[in-house]
Amino acid sequence: MSEAVKTEQKTSGGLTKGDIRSTYIRSTFLLGSFNFERMQAIGFCVSMIPAIKRFYKDKNDQAEALKRHLEFFNTTPWPASPIMGVVAAMEEQKAAGEPIETADITNVKIGLMGPVAGIGDPIFWGTARPVLAALGASLAVSGSIVGPLIFFVGINLIRMLTRWYGFRLGYQQGTDIIRDVTGNRLKKLTQMASVLGLFVMGALVSKWTSIKMPLVIANYTDNAGKPVQLTLQSQLDALLPGLVALLMTFGSMWLLRRRVNAIWIIFGMFALGILGYWVGLFGL
Amino acid sequence: MSPLQFVLVILVALVAGMASVLDERQFHRPLVACTLMGLVLGNLHTGILLGGGLELIALGWMNVGAAMAPDAALASTIASVIVIVGKQGVSEGIAIAVPLAAAGQVLTIFVRTITVFFQHQADNFAAKANFRGIELCHFGGLALQGLRVAIPTAAVAAVAGTQIVNQWLAAIPKVVTSGLQVAGGFIVVVGYAMVINMMQARVLMPFFFLGFVVATFMTTLNSGITLVALGIIGICLAMIYVQLNPEFHDSIQPPPGGQPGIAAANDLDDELI
Repeated sequence: MSEAVKTEQKTSGGLTKGDIRSTYIRSTFLLGSFNFERMQAIGFCVSMIPAIKRFYKDKNDQAEALKRHLEFFNTTPWPASPIMGVVAAMEEQKAAGEPIETADITNVKIGLMGPVAGIGDPIFWGTARPVLAALGASLAVSGSIVGPLIFFVGINLIRMLTRWYGFRLGYQQGTDIIRDVTGNRLKKLTQMASVLGLFVMGALVSKWTSIKMPLVIANYTDNAGKPVQLTLQSQLDALLPGLVALLMTFGSMWLLRRRVNAIWIIFGMFALGILGYWVGLFGL
Repeated sequence: MSPLQFVLVILVALVAGMASVLDERQFHRPLVACTLMGLVLGNLHTGILLGGGLELIALGWMNVGAAMAPDAALASTIASVIVIVGKQGVSEGIAIAVPLAAAGQVLTIFVRTITVFFQHQADNFAAKANFRGIELCHFGGLALQGLRVAIPTAAVAAVAGTQIVNQWLAAIPKVVTSGLQVAGGFIVVVGYAMVINMMQARVLMPFFFLGFVVATFMTTLNSGITLVALGIIGICLAMIYVQLNPEFHDSIQPPPGGQPGIAAANDLDDELI
């Protein structure tokens, strides 16, 4: 692609402000009709409707475009907006008569789905949401309304900015964005998010679990003649406080990796809690 | 419960159900859904407490790829109704919420299978370039997801607080309720495990252990403000990590072709000899 064409593509912008706003609002309903056959397909198509209406005036062209965007699509919801931007830019070029085949557009979509989820899942689901939720919940358990508010406002601000600027970025950069997605800058961001996320998870395993094991192991009288009671808890705490929670975390990770449904692990832990309380291993 | 409250409860459940599939505005998260339920049921305080407790358990519940998380929406709305209208404790509410999350998961799988039909309808509309038809298919699926939470919540709200339900809840033996409360203390690790697994970053696990040990020996962590301090430490570690990581340094990558390092080492060997 020559330099001249590239600048042309970046500055053209056939979508009006209204189109961009409409696409943004539609994109916030991306997963509405999530189904097991093509997942987010209808949502993606509905989000592309303003662009399709803008670029194609012929009924047959419109039908073709709609069909292309009803193909399988699935990625992390919020950073899907940059993909929509790229696709809108490609549709615009195609409508203008440039040699872009349906397969090209589909390939870009499919090609971006995986890397975007690879960036989006750790950043949004692995770090931003759990960290904000932990902060919110820590305030909420003492009954403060600030907790839910911090979480709700914080996470939605992140989401809206990602969608709004993501779409514009994708639309302006077009297929050039692929270099960014696979490049170092976003990888850096993902790694930073993962470090922060894992650090906070470690802290939560230690502090936001409560396991009490009042089981008495030994009763004896020390040299000064005072009676001493050794509980399982005191012995484990002497080793490392929070050790049991750490082991349970690793147990859960192991089971999850073996594709055990999380809900069964949770039920198993309920059973463990009831049984443990009954035999006196765990206490309140 | 007044008729107005009943309608508002259904409305909140509808929004939570739709949010649960969208994963967009987070109205399905316990922290938000329980708070809203508390607001419409006239007991905001209890709603926030329950939301905070449930959020900890649901912290790592997420939809990644085609895998589906336990459903926080149904769990939050019904647990709120049972705790606030049925006058139960927050810990009982949390215990009830978990089987509800499983039920909600089954229901959403059911709806996500039904919407395959909408997908094929959308194909037909696309062939005729019928924009409105595709939009209808899309938001029809969304409405079903809302109803999937709203209908069961309405059913529970209609009977909650009645004599029979209270007797039934009171009949649960103490060893079960206490055991469930005990389990509530460590069930949260499943959510943490989900987050850690999703990261798929074995090389970064030292940061997990660092967080664990730092938190264990920062004994004042129970208040919110020190979680912020912990976050600052985490961000600092993250920045230092990428700054020092040779992977992100173009300047110290070995020049293409030849191995100057080894050559230099050989020269040194020669000198020593």
